[in-house]
Amino acid sequence: MASSGSGYDLSSSTFSPDGRIFQIEYASKAVENAGTALGLRCRDGIVLAVEKPLQHKMLVSKTTGRRIHTVDEHAGVAITGFVSDGRQIVGRARDEASNYFETYGTKIPAEVLANRISAYVHYFTLHGALRPFGATTLVAAYDPATKEHSLHMVEPSGVSYEYYGCAAGRGRQPARTEMEKLSINPKHQQGGGGDMELIDVQEGVKQLAKIVYTLYDASKDKPFELEMSWLCEATEWKHVGVPREFISAATEWAKKEIEEAEEEDDDDEEMEE
Amino acid sequence: MSLSLQAGGSATRALPSAAGTTHTTSPITTGTSVLAVKYRSGVLLAADTLVSYGSMAKFKNARRLLPINSRTLIGGSGEYSDLQSVSDLLKRNALEDKCTADSLYEEENNEECAKEVWSYLRAVMYNRRSKMNPLWNDIVVAGFKQNDDGTTSDEPFLGVVDKIGTAYEDDVLATGFGGYIALPLMREKYRPDMEEGEARALLEDCLRILFYRDCRALNRVQIAKVTREGKVLVSEPYELDTFWDFKGFVDTKAGLGTDGGW
Repeated sequence: MASSGSGYDLSSSTFSPDGRIFQIEYASKAVENAGTALGLRCRDGIVLAVEKPLQHKMLVSKTTGRRIHTVDEHAGVAITGFVSDGRQIVGRARDEASNYFETYGTKIPAEVLANRISAYVHYFTLHGALRPFGATTLVAAYDPATKEHSLHMVEPSGVSYEYYGCAAGRGRQPARTEMEKLSINPKHQQGGGGDMELIDVQEGVKQLAKIVYTLYDASKDKPFELEMSWLCEATEWKHVGVPREFISAATEWAKKEIEEAEEEDDDDEEMEE
Repeated sequence: MSLSLQAGGSATRALPSAAGTTHTTSPITTGTSVLAVKYRSGVLLAADTLVSYGSMAKFKNARRLLPINSRTLIGGSGEYSDLQSVSDLLKRNALEDKCTADSLYEEENNEECAKEVWSYLRAVMYNRRSKMNPLWNDIVVAGFKQNDDGTTSDEPFLGVVDKIGTAYEDDVLATGFGGYIALPLMREKYRPDMEEGEARALLEDCLRILFYRDCRALNRVQIAKVTREGKVLVSEPYELDTFWDFKGFVDTKAGLGTDGGW
């Protein structure tokens, strides 16, 4: 890496002469190599999905090393990167949520939660004595006061934005490209001429499963478990896991879709010949 | 916002210094008795909705029977603000348990059972009294015990914790003035196989008697139940009928040449 040896990458409290903070970039690298985390804002709720690589065949995967966590009744986060760093953020997010409720008597609004998390993450990029978090956090939350649901993503640098669909981790680029094809952005819907309805969470789960399996190469990648949660009208806006049967049904559907698409591609190639 | 690592940032309130701490050495706004009885399919709780400020009937629609989670109910007498803080504490704990549970799937997790809540409250109350700063409440905890695997068992639970951390279980319980007036009546009438209607009538009779004899009681009451099906239900406040037409009440002795009154 160009930066190593220059001495500007030893601390996140030092800028390089061209205005970069290498420690933060390294932290982002840690996320880039981790399992893909996806978030989708649908018409009637939010879906979170994380690809949890099974590092070891003897791992009891269902109960350990979870990537999706509940922060408050109406809020959940998905983490990827250094999972232990991520858990630190989750703990903080819970503290913020409960502290907000204790102070103001209302549930923490999504933007406030995202901002509090991002302030916390950002803090660790300011001190020489601290190491930035090697984890990205996807925040799904519902605000009972405004009755609106939203999706935010907080990166290791401490920046946070709101999204219709977002992705972090290894497969983030192709995942984003795939998500752009989905009917999730109402603005594009108007501009693009299509009056297609925004997708609902059931469809969202299927589409996220499809994206995850499209990016997965069984011959190259480690086996993984697909963790999914949602927060939607049907769950009374509570953040809970997507029922396991529903995930496996979505997975079946996704695999079939991918297979069919591949067969079509093969046909096309034959025609060209 | 200041660069604070404390959750809540600058909004976090400072704790009072040891020197400036004042203790709750006597209650100010108080609720009176809570009555509770086990019956055939669960536990029934009853209390009126009065909160008194000394001898003044200050708040007449205060709820003192509070659901803590989907299978536990508490009822509190004594300092009402302390009861609110206990309820907040228990609800906060319940939420934290939900958030930090092993599974994302609600059906795979178990909420705290009544016995755990009761045991925890005992520790809280005893700890506070040991700091000479008690929470001024007697709290009844109702619900069900749990099996070894954490699922709700068939055995109802009824316990009480007082302001100094004394905790005991029983089939019938009453706090406050009810401990003197209602408890003997309830013990006399209690049977383990009482139907809900019977238990309910017993509690209503006791509440009515308390209203007649306890100067801090009211005839506006609530009844709550925890059932075997795992349901916690708290009724809306309603008013008990009272009877004041006894001859001695209606025909005062005013005409008998005395100075009036009974």
